[in-house]
Amino acid sequence: MGSRAVVCAAGALLLPLAACAAVSEDSAGGKVLTVFAAASLTEPFQTLGARFEGDRPGTRVEFNFAGSSALAHQINEGAPADVFASADRRTMDAVADEGHLADEPSVFARNRLEIAVPPGNPADVTGLADLADADTAVALCAREVPCGAAAEAVMAAADVAVTPVTEEEDVRAALTKVRLNEVDAALVYRTDVRSAGEDVEGIAFDEAAAAPNDYPIAVVAGASEPGLAAEWVELLVSQEGAEVLGDAGFTEV
Amino acid sequence: MRVKSGRFPWLLAVPALVGLLFLVLPFAGLLIRTPWSTIGTRLLLPEVRDALLLSLATATAATALALCFGVPLAWLLARTDIPGRRLVRALVTVPLVIPPVVGGVALLLVLGRGGVVGRYLYDWFGFSLPFTPAAVVVAQVFVAMPFLVISVEGALRGADRRYEEAAATLGATRAVIFLRVTMPMVAPGVVAGAVLAWARALGEFGATITFAGNFPGRTQTMPLAVYLAMQESPESAVVLSLVLLLVSLAVLVGLRDRWVGAL
Repeated sequence: MGSRAVVCAAGALLLPLAACAAVSEDSAGGKVLTVFAAASLTEPFQTLGARFEGDRPGTRVEFNFAGSSALAHQINEGAPADVFASADRRTMDAVADEGHLADEPSVFARNRLEIAVPPGNPADVTGLADLADADTAVALCAREVPCGAAAEAVMAAADVAVTPVTEEEDVRAALTKVRLNEVDAALVYRTDVRSAGEDVEGIAFDEAAAAPNDYPIAVVAGASEPGLAAEWVELLVSQEGAEVLGDAGFTEV
Repeated sequence: MRVKSGRFPWLLAVPALVGLLFLVLPFAGLLIRTPWSTIGTRLLLPEVRDALLLSLATATAATALALCFGVPLAWLLARTDIPGRRLVRALVTVPLVIPPVVGGVALLLVLGRGGVVGRYLYDWFGFSLPFTPAAVVVAQVFVAMPFLVISVEGALRGADRRYEEAAATLGATRAVIFLRVTMPMVAPGVVAGAVLAWARALGEFGATITFAGNFPGRTQTMPLAVYLAMQESPESAVVLSLVLLLVSLAVLVGLRDRWVGAL
């Protein structure tokens, strides 16, 4: 514990972006697998993490959940990750281009956009075209983040021009604006609609097929636990992994 | 009178130097990583100009509002014995302590169109505050006003009250005393507080992005532009940060020469 605090303090001084997640051996001498994963993977990864630890006594899985772009920067700046699971190919490529991947990324899940509306659907949104209505307050993700890029692609494919009231910094922020009834609709992922439960209603639309979001995963170069990392990737692409991911709203590729 | 000492005070100088380096080094890093070759084209983007103008305008408006409401509040805290004064002072400093994101959420829950107060504004007037430039100003006032209140309250407490008493015995009304005697005496404290509040408002991020959202030209201030640029191209983020740094330095140095001896 003490040594970890020192590591964190040093890290905070030298590398403000790096997360203090990974110290490969914990105090009991067990192995620690450090997984950097897109925030949208939080629930299914925690479920799978508990099973992974249960099957391997003495092994712990530590997660660093954040926006994919931020995680990619952290890994490129030398943050100690064993596995990286990203929400789109672009951010994974950013890590691959810097030579920080140990193997080829494999796609393990697919997500797609849905329209999230507050309960009761106050603005009577039925499809993507309704979002272009000037009286409908819409939150989109900023185009710099994956969900914003996906929204842009979907709108371009459907030839619908939506002027949002806000371009949120990540998909959960957009969802929150719907939950609080501050906007009439937002374009978010199916999995986010699932995670919000009763607080929002999801409306699927056909045009979303134009921009499916593929989630790649890869072992990071120089991983301190390459063996465990490979087993984690294996678990994700297995039948068991697909079931847990499916419960969270992901579809198989 | 100065105390002369024969030896250099290493005991203080070493940690002081470490402290200074810690504060200055990140900016050196920023300068080193600046893509000087493309800086011109990046600066001329209309989004950069929009964000900068919005930042300057909202921070200035927020400072003006903080002055209108903060100076009377400071006077109340320094010069009266209203019941629960200590509690009021503690409440005033709460925005200094909580993370600005929490402040943004709180503002959204109160002033949003589904909020405790905002609901009625929306139902009666069809007015929704979030996602407007006004919301940016509100978020900035929320985080910046405490700096002004504390600064002005300190100045009021330090001011010599005998001048006010003399003015009162000469027949001046309370309003005249406040405007002609008290305010000139505490002016340095007010200006220092206003500058602090302006700087805090200019750098505001968390409450703004939560309460006012992010839309280029309308609610995207410089700190928001920096954060989003960081997602895609760190070089652009560095350039934007540099602009913000230079503008705030220019303003602070300009003010310092003319008015702010105390800072």
